[in-house]
Amino acid sequence: MSTSIGKRELDETGRKLLERAMRGREEFEDLVIVPIFAVIVALILGALVMLATGVDLETIGRSFVALAKGSFGSINAVSETLTSAIPLVLAGLGLGLGFRAGLFNIGAEGQILMGGLAAAIFAFSFPGLPSFLLIPLALIAGALVGAIYAGIAGVLKAATGAHEVITTIMLNLSSYLILIYMLKRPYVQVAGRSDPVSKSVPPAGELPRLLDWLDPNLRLHAGLFLMLAAVAFVWWVLFRSKIGFAFRASGANPDAARYAGMKSGLIIVAAMASAGALAGLAGAAQVQGVLWRATPGFSAGIGFDAIALALLGRSHPVGILFAGILFGGLEAGGRQMQVDAGVSIDLIGIIQALIIVFIAAPLLVRALFPWGFARAPKGGK
Amino acid sequence: MTFLSKFGLAAALVAGSVTAASAFTACQVTDVGGIDDAGFNQTAWKGLEDVKTSDGIEGRFLESQAETDYAPNINSFIGQCDVIITVGFLMGDATKAAAEANPDQKFSIVDFAYDPTIPNVVGQVYATNQGGFLAGYLAAGMSKTGVLGTFGGINIPPVTDFMDGFVHGANLYNERHGTEVTVLGWNPESKEGLFTGNFESLDDGRAFAQNLYDEGADIVMPVAGPVGLGSAALADELGTDALKIIGVDADQYMTDTEKQHVYLTSVLKRMDATVTQVIKSAMDGSFAGGLVVGTLENDGVGLAPYHAFEDAVPAELKAEIEEIKAGIIDGSITVGG
Repeated sequence: MSTSIGKRELDETGRKLLERAMRGREEFEDLVIVPIFAVIVALILGALVMLATGVDLETIGRSFVALAKGSFGSINAVSETLTSAIPLVLAGLGLGLGFRAGLFNIGAEGQILMGGLAAAIFAFSFPGLPSFLLIPLALIAGALVGAIYAGIAGVLKAATGAHEVITTIMLNLSSYLILIYMLKRPYVQVAGRSDPVSKSVPPAGELPRLLDWLDPNLRLHAGLFLMLAAVAFVWWVLFRSKIGFAFRASGANPDAARYAGMKSGLIIVAAMASAGALAGLAGAAQVQGVLWRATPGFSAGIGFDAIALALLGRSHPVGILFAGILFGGLEAGGRQMQVDAGVSIDLIGIIQALIIVFIAAPLLVRALFPWGFARAPKGGK
Repeated sequence: MTFLSKFGLAAALVAGSVTAASAFTACQVTDVGGIDDAGFNQTAWKGLEDVKTSDGIEGRFLESQAETDYAPNINSFIGQCDVIITVGFLMGDATKAAAEANPDQKFSIVDFAYDPTIPNVVGQVYATNQGGFLAGYLAAGMSKTGVLGTFGGINIPPVTDFMDGFVHGANLYNERHGTEVTVLGWNPESKEGLFTGNFESLDDGRAFAQNLYDEGADIVMPVAGPVGLGSAALADELGTDALKIIGVDADQYMTDTEKQHVYLTSVLKRMDATVTQVIKSAMDGSFAGGLVVGTLENDGVGLAPYHAFEDAVPAELKAEIEEIKAGIIDGSITVGG
């Protein structure tokens, strides 16, 4: 078809605009439609698993209602969902930041433990400080110790090339034992107990509860603001600051980054330390907001869940925030499933895992539900 | 399309929902061992199930997967249950906090005694050192190597009470028979001993029993909930001539049916009896905060039948055990510690 040059240029522009819109649409599909389908597929598969283990249809229906009700169906549910999301998002942000810099940090669990322990020790060591000092200082103590602990793996990698996956796993194992050892020290251990339990965080060091004027059982605490601030801050660091650019550059292509004059060793240590600071903050928030003391099991696998969370959120701060709320919802909803329908907690774990599998595999979901998505543009004009 | 699927989901959800009946509801929050741990949590749950069968009440439970679950699990039951039973010493603080925030909710906790008592909480505690004492005496009489072993989950009184009694019982046997049976794994004076640090790992149960066996012990009493099942597996492989196990909490001959032949006996901690008692008191309105103590006298603790070892245990030893039991009940024998 022969047309004037002007027309052809117009076509060209139109096509480009359309392409951009398509890309936007695809992103929208990835972020919204894929999760919805993922939840549906996971629920169907979960129902099949439950059927296979001898749960009847009525109980299955009731358990799904409970999942919805327990995650977002009431003020208490939302409070529980957000309470669970706070440490997950904080630790997930740290891991996402590491992933952007090309570091596969498995060590959030240990960094949470060390950070939480530090926050607890700091808080009960200075019970006389007023809240407005004690709360932030204890949080900072947690972040600092988390950063130092993760920094060990960073230094090992930068100086010797030791792989961070190995070193952080080993540091996790060490952290459990360090924690128990520390909790048994007379200075740390609470008086009158022979098992490893730390002294309590004084009331001035507790993150204030936000909704206790409604109902004293609502556990949502001021860590919520910490979480939101951290999302904004990490977004700014990653996408607007020089160091964030260096993180992303060395993650995308370490050789190119080095040739461009970036100090790779320094970047590795800085990225690990930042990740550790966020994980330590997660531990501190958990200790100061929910538990009020450190015990051997207080990390409860948050550091490992946060890995899935960071991957699910595509290492983007906002994605991690939503993934964290999803995880928190699954945790709170899972509890309700157990209460209302008496479904085994293990089955609930299976459904939660299935939801994550399908969200993490958008291509699989697209293949299963081709009619749910705009057709991919065919080649040619 | 998306809307349609969402609508379908919603319809399925509504179809599945039913309104709950308003029967008397008793609820239980388990510790991390889980509801089917063949011991601690399972025994407490049995108490609830007994009332369920006899009086037709509703029963629900929540399993804690980590210590962080205690508070939210308890909270999920508040206002939904007539009585909430928390199982385990480690839930002491969480139960106290929930009870104080919700003074109208009835609570009961297994293995924790509050001092001062809380008006809406019944603590259920057990003189397991009495049962452990009998087991220690029996084991000392049955041991061929003269070495006994014990280990615990973590170093807390509900665990170490068993071990205290076990050591003192073996000592009494030594005193009466002039033997020198030693107990590895616990020192009642220094309150130090062998602990796995958890109530979950069957591998630890196996490894700790192996260590004690390597040191010469031929009878081991694991006090760590399901961890002991790992020790039983080792005894099963080595053969009961080499290693016997003393169960705790439940009669593990009945609960661990696959390995039942390795259990010389079990130290019973009748949590089912006290849980039943507390639920019934909540039902008939006589519920009052305080303490319920299980002893040999009221059958709250005891020694299980010898089952597979019925013929192996000498009649004189059986008679001595009965005599000591009577002595503990009338106070003429003190269990030490």
